[in-house]
Amino acid sequence: MSLVTPDFGLFFWQFITFGILLFILGKFAWGPIMSSLKEREDSITEALESAAKAKAEMASLKAANEALLQEARLERDKMLRDAQTVATNLLNEAKDKALKEGNMLLENARRGIETEKNAAMAEVKNHAVSIALEVAEKILKKELKDTDAQKALVSEYLKESTLN
Amino acid sequence: MATNLHKFLLTASLALVVLFNNGNAFANSAPAADEPFNPGKMIQDHIADAPDWHLFDIDGHSYSIPLPVILYSSQKGLDVFSSSKFEHGHATYKGYKLEGHHIVAVDASGAADHSAHFYNVSITKNVASMMLSAVLLLVLLLTIANSYKKRQGLAPTGAQSFFEPIILYIRDDVAKPMIGPQYATFMPYLLTIFFFIWFNNLLGLMPSGANVSGNITFTMFLALATFIITTFKANKSYWAHILWTPGVPLPLRIIILPLEIVGMFTKPFSLMIRLFANITAGHIIVLSFIGLIFIFKTVFMSAFGIPFALFISVLELFVAILQAYVFTLLTALYFGSAVAEHEHHDDHAQGHEAAH
Repeated sequence: MSLVTPDFGLFFWQFITFGILLFILGKFAWGPIMSSLKEREDSITEALESAAKAKAEMASLKAANEALLQEARLERDKMLRDAQTVATNLLNEAKDKALKEGNMLLENARRGIETEKNAAMAEVKNHAVSIALEVAEKILKKELKDTDAQKALVSEYLKESTLN
Repeated sequence: MATNLHKFLLTASLALVVLFNNGNAFANSAPAADEPFNPGKMIQDHIADAPDWHLFDIDGHSYSIPLPVILYSSQKGLDVFSSSKFEHGHATYKGYKLEGHHIVAVDASGAADHSAHFYNVSITKNVASMMLSAVLLLVLLLTIANSYKKRQGLAPTGAQSFFEPIILYIRDDVAKPMIGPQYATFMPYLLTIFFFIWFNNLLGLMPSGANVSGNITFTMFLALATFIITTFKANKSYWAHILWTPGVPLPLRIIILPLEIVGMFTKPFSLMIRLFANITAGHIIVLSFIGLIFIFKTVFMSAFGIPFALFISVLELFVAILQAYVFTLLTALYFGSAVAEHEHHDDHAQGHEAAH
């Protein structure tokens, strides 16, 4: 029965011992331990959070860089294409212009040649006419020295003209 | 050769530990040739408190650490003297003598006078062991607290890293889920009782250790402390649940009321009995196995008794922390029921029933 009979002495001393223990531990052990555990946990959480944030920032920065690069690439391509178009146009224009110029020159030359040729032909004609006239004059002068010949000729012409 | 010697020494020392642990079997009740061995008395002697700290007997002579005896009676006043004055129960000193392990007053003729009333606040074996545990806890935990201050924000080292998971376990898996957002208020008490019970359990398992945590006074004090804190910290909703359980039809409320009021007291009572019974039972089992050797009066019985006693002793190491945990957990549960804001009426039933 003494096993389950509370003992005053032990209770008394336990009250004192446990009271002191609870007070000292509560003030000088559990307080600092709990607060530094909390602090450490908070700082770890904070560090993890900031790391995650930095990672996200890095990712967004990378994405932005990528976008910028892509844009630059597109710009470059466009510029190249534009330049090519301009160059082609320029070349075509130049070709056209040269062709037109050449054609015009050719045409002018042809026209000049024609004119010259006509002039030359006219001149040759005139010259031939005058030579012919001169020759004819000389022939006439020589043939028509005698009157019989003249008469014969006139009558030939007359015959001829009536035939026409 | 050397390894064989090592093995032998190891086995021998383990056997000695077990023997001494409980092996005060040889002690007061060491069977004198004419007196038959009484295992019941031997076990009672070992789990009971004593005015001195008995270590061992050699050739029928007791060796023990004397402890201060402090007695107060209204007639004789305050008496403080060493327990060695009783000469292990053979002498009467200042009108007191030992009857077994109990100090009784004697009358003029030298016979025990049980009617004489006095207060015994001696530093008994249990008190000394409990104070020792308190000193150990203070030294250990203040050192740990110091290393937390020194190594602010750094990973724990040494003893700190051994105890930190335990502290965190009490906080995260006992206090937080059981009490809820107000857990911080109760942390110092919960941690203190956990370590106090655990260390006293362990000290009780030491060779020649005292059975402090298996003493009904010890568990009664802690259960009472839990009861007082629960009652004084209780909020309106706790009292409402006891006195006028909401969400229950009127006739049932009248039936529940006395049950709830009885429940207020049975909860700490179960705390008191559980720890007392578990720890005392452990001591009794180990002592019984050792006692077998003396019952059968043959050394060969130790081939059976010692391995079993060793097995139970190791099991008791686990029980030591388990019972400290259970006590702390249930205390947290009762605190939780005292401070909880009951909004949902279906989830509190499990809280009332978790005691085992």
